[in-house]
Amino acid sequence: MLDKNGIARRIAQELRDGYYVNLGIGIPTLVANFIPENIQVVLQSENGLLGIGPFPVESEVDADLINAGKQTITMALGSSLFDSAESFAMIRGGHIDLTILGAMEVSETGDIASWKIPGKMVKGMGGAMDLVASASNIIVAMQHVNKQGQSKLLQQCTLPLTGIKCVRKIVTELAVIDILPGIGFRLLERAPGVSVDEIRNATQGHMLADDDIPEMNI
Amino acid sequence: MINKIYADARTALSDVYDGSIIMLGGFGLCGIPENGITALLEMKVKNLTCISNNAGIDNFGIGVLLKSRQVKKMISSYVGENEEFERQLLAGELEVELIPQGTLAERIRAGGAGIPAFYTPAGFGTEVARGKEIRSFDGKNYLLENWLKADFSLVKAWKGDEAGNLIYHGTARNFNPMMATAGKITIAEVEELVPLGSLGPEEIHTPGIYVQRVFQGKNYEKRIEQRTITVTNQ
Repeated sequence: MLDKNGIARRIAQELRDGYYVNLGIGIPTLVANFIPENIQVVLQSENGLLGIGPFPVESEVDADLINAGKQTITMALGSSLFDSAESFAMIRGGHIDLTILGAMEVSETGDIASWKIPGKMVKGMGGAMDLVASASNIIVAMQHVNKQGQSKLLQQCTLPLTGIKCVRKIVTELAVIDILPGIGFRLLERAPGVSVDEIRNATQGHMLADDDIPEMNI
Repeated sequence: MINKIYADARTALSDVYDGSIIMLGGFGLCGIPENGITALLEMKVKNLTCISNNAGIDNFGIGVLLKSRQVKKMISSYVGENEEFERQLLAGELEVELIPQGTLAERIRAGGAGIPAFYTPAGFGTEVARGKEIRSFDGKNYLLENWLKADFSLVKAWKGDEAGNLIYHGTARNFNPMMATAGKITIAEVEELVPLGSLGPEEIHTPGIYVQRVFQGKNYEKRIEQRTITVTNQ
């Protein structure tokens, strides 16, 4: 089973040289720590920065320089700044190669719910709806089951949706799973020490799994 | 030339009235019109509709106007950092319209650019699409979204000149440039008010045509929500 950093480390293997990438809040942000040394990716922050650098050292902290998670950051060499309309033009216009975000639920048809629990939690969707409606390559980073032990990989989402038929791949503490249009979840990799049965038990939606599922190489 | 310079926030905002629709720039606490918010608090104007990406935190930013019950309606994309907001919303004391962030940005841009509506894919198949016209282009579905405009836009810039030209700093730009275009009266507060000719024309982010009033703000706190630092072994 993977911890949060393990999930981020596995997702980092999906990065390719030259990618422009938008990282959501939470586990996705950690992916930045595991970018392979032999490739260069440019991280987009939807509040108006292309080229997020590392967190600042104390003397560099600037309240005017934050990421979409409101964390203080620095700018990488070659970065650019712009306003929110321009930022979402990049996103809607399909210029982002990979979007990585968290979720509360994902369905076997690729629907995602991530922004609201009616009557309990109202935080808003932020940029997630724009991102999932526009990106062609979306990876969800999340825990396989919720705090009550219920599966988050469902036949149908129960919570208000963020977008429909958009998620391509899911990486959890247990598995790497992709979504085949018209078929459902397909198990691609197991986390170290996790069996196919354990993954099946934690997955409520329909899931294809070959006999010989490889263990993740991380 | 018409004088656009005002002494301070109170004089620049003096005609804001109860029930105004106000846009406030900023993302989180970054690039928010701190002086303008304080003036609204002191003036006690009420029943405001505030259009801003976020709602501040409990004791700073728009959060202080929520606490003083001056806000009737909030139009935002993300309000997660404010307990008082969540309480008022769940108790039905506050009207809230949550809008996808890119749609919010574009609706404001459209308002300033004279485009009454546009199609966007964000929110198709979700509750955001309820009651909206759907149209398919090249096999993909889009929602029709309308422009947003305001009675007053309060924006915050790094530098501004007497003509109202503005330059923003870092990611404090965010929603400020679009909001500057979409206010009937746009009031810019700047950290540094400079004489005409001090700002390079190629560097201007917001041309002065959009700005009716400008004043040099003071006592900026620039609070940081998530202070994250790289620890070095020195």
